[in-house]
Amino acid sequence: MLEAMVFYILAAASVIFGLLLITRVNPISSAMTLIGVFGALAGLYAMLNASFVSIIQILVYAGGIMVLVIFVIMLLNLHKDDLQPMRAQPFWVILALVALFGTILGPILFCVLPNKDWTWGSLTPDFGTLMMVGEKIFSDFLFPFEILSLILLTAVIGALVMAKRKL
Amino acid sequence: MDNQVFTLINIAVMTVVMWITPLQFVPFMIWLERKGSAIIQDRIGPNRAEIFGFRFFGMVHNFSDVVKLLNKENITPTHANRFFYTMAPFWSMTVSLLPLLIIPLAAPIDIFGHTVRFQAADFSVGILYILSITSMGVFAVILAGWASNNKFSLMGGIRSSAQMISYELSMGLAIVALLMVYQDAQVSSMVETQGRWLTVFGHELPLPNWGIFLQPVAFVLFLVASFAETNRNPFDLAEGESELVAGYHIEYSSVKFALFFMAEYSNMVVASFVIATLFLGGYQVPYFSTDVLAAHPQEVLIAVCILGFIKSVLLGYLIGLKARQQETVFKKGVAKWEPFLFSGLFYGLSILCLAGLIYAFNGSFAPWFGPVLTTLLQMGCLLAKVLFFCWLFVWVRWTLPRFRYDQLMNLGWKMLLPLGLVNLLVTGVWLLISK
Repeated sequence: MLEAMVFYILAAASVIFGLLLITRVNPISSAMTLIGVFGALAGLYAMLNASFVSIIQILVYAGGIMVLVIFVIMLLNLHKDDLQPMRAQPFWVILALVALFGTILGPILFCVLPNKDWTWGSLTPDFGTLMMVGEKIFSDFLFPFEILSLILLTAVIGALVMAKRKL
Repeated sequence: MDNQVFTLINIAVMTVVMWITPLQFVPFMIWLERKGSAIIQDRIGPNRAEIFGFRFFGMVHNFSDVVKLLNKENITPTHANRFFYTMAPFWSMTVSLLPLLIIPLAAPIDIFGHTVRFQAADFSVGILYILSITSMGVFAVILAGWASNNKFSLMGGIRSSAQMISYELSMGLAIVALLMVYQDAQVSSMVETQGRWLTVFGHELPLPNWGIFLQPVAFVLFLVASFAETNRNPFDLAEGESELVAGYHIEYSSVKFALFFMAEYSNMVVASFVIATLFLGGYQVPYFSTDVLAAHPQEVLIAVCILGFIKSVLLGYLIGLKARQQETVFKKGVAKWEPFLFSGLFYGLSILCLAGLIYAFNGSFAPWFGPVLTTLLQMGCLLAKVLFFCWLFVWVRWTLPRFRYDQLMNLGWKMLLPLGLVNLLVTGVWLLISK
């Protein structure tokens, strides 16, 4: 009961913040609502017993990446003329929504939802904890993890090379 | 009472307590800052504001501050983004209060058939929660700077965000090193681990197992980074008065400014709590574990009474010395004899301590007496550590000059970050060898 209530509140919050995100004219407002989306998602993860993922969601996405995003938006130096609201005909919006849900998501959901057995079996008590996630990352998934860090390093070096021609 | 209901009530009460504690510290910190700066600069400091003649050593200035700030005109600049302009101070205050929720004030005690915990929330990812909340604090400064639509405040906001991102890394590295030595991220178990003896290669050293002895480098990193995260001097470039007028809160007045002002001080208090908990054993009384304290209420009471006696006599004597100076400044009125009153109060407290000593030697104690006394002692111990770091924040602010911006970035990226990485490596090797 309580769990369902919290879930619906968080889900509604994430949907509302998501809608606000794409309807705001001001990019800073959009960025702030994106933080709200991340917060609501973190709450959902926490409800799924994935405490580590939820705290990382706040720490990395809401705290780290969004600061950079806002930083970039501020550096862009947008003027009032650049921030015209985009007017769309309601007809095209509805058409796009119908096309998206009707042709792509709808069939998938209809095929998958009723047939799939959603019982997952019982989880171990240390599911989603810091220990277990760390163990998985640094034993089973060590190679992909290292590759990922290399990719990030490539991005950093690429940015440096592009920004600073003369090192 | 049902156990679950009791736990819920316990959590609710502790949440409120943890919410109120930093708010109670704020006026004290403001007083400490004013008096501390006065001591360091060889001045007298605030001593004029009074209520019915009582000055409370300048503490009354806080009341006048509150009245002043509440009565000021609440200005919103015309070109400001109203929503974010109003939201920023509230965000700042909220975020500054949140990390305290996971700090344990004392060891959990079993009393009247229930376990009472002195911690509002004990997450399994506890220590990362602190990091994530401090990372949210940046937005208050950025938003305040941007929404005021003033170039000085925008520069303050941008400076502050760059600084906080840079120093969050070294803070994170310090915390990772701590995680490695404690082998746990839960704050309660981290504090419990710190109650043991420091063990090196199987030899017990006569030192408590505190983070500062296990990870001295991480302690320095964390201390410096927390100065930067709280925007305190020498890292207060976000509000560098000589360059940016007042930085990100230049357009704020009245209650909104008061919120920023309070947030700065409660940030400091919370940072002191976090440092004391992670590196100085939290509530652990040095050399005496919780079980030892709870098992020997008589000895503990005797020790507490003797310490209290010494302290109150000392304070009474010192205030008495001050009183003679004050006598020459204030020739008549309450202020002339007010310090004598406080001096007398402390002497009275010392007599109370003597009475407690007699009670300790004679009395037999109820079974709840030991745990309760232990809890009070541990809270007092944590308070002492926190007050030390609060004073350190003031001390550093009035001793060091502000960094230049390039010096700040060099320190963050070229010194602290490599130091943190090397510290991680050394810690890993150390853990491998000592196993």
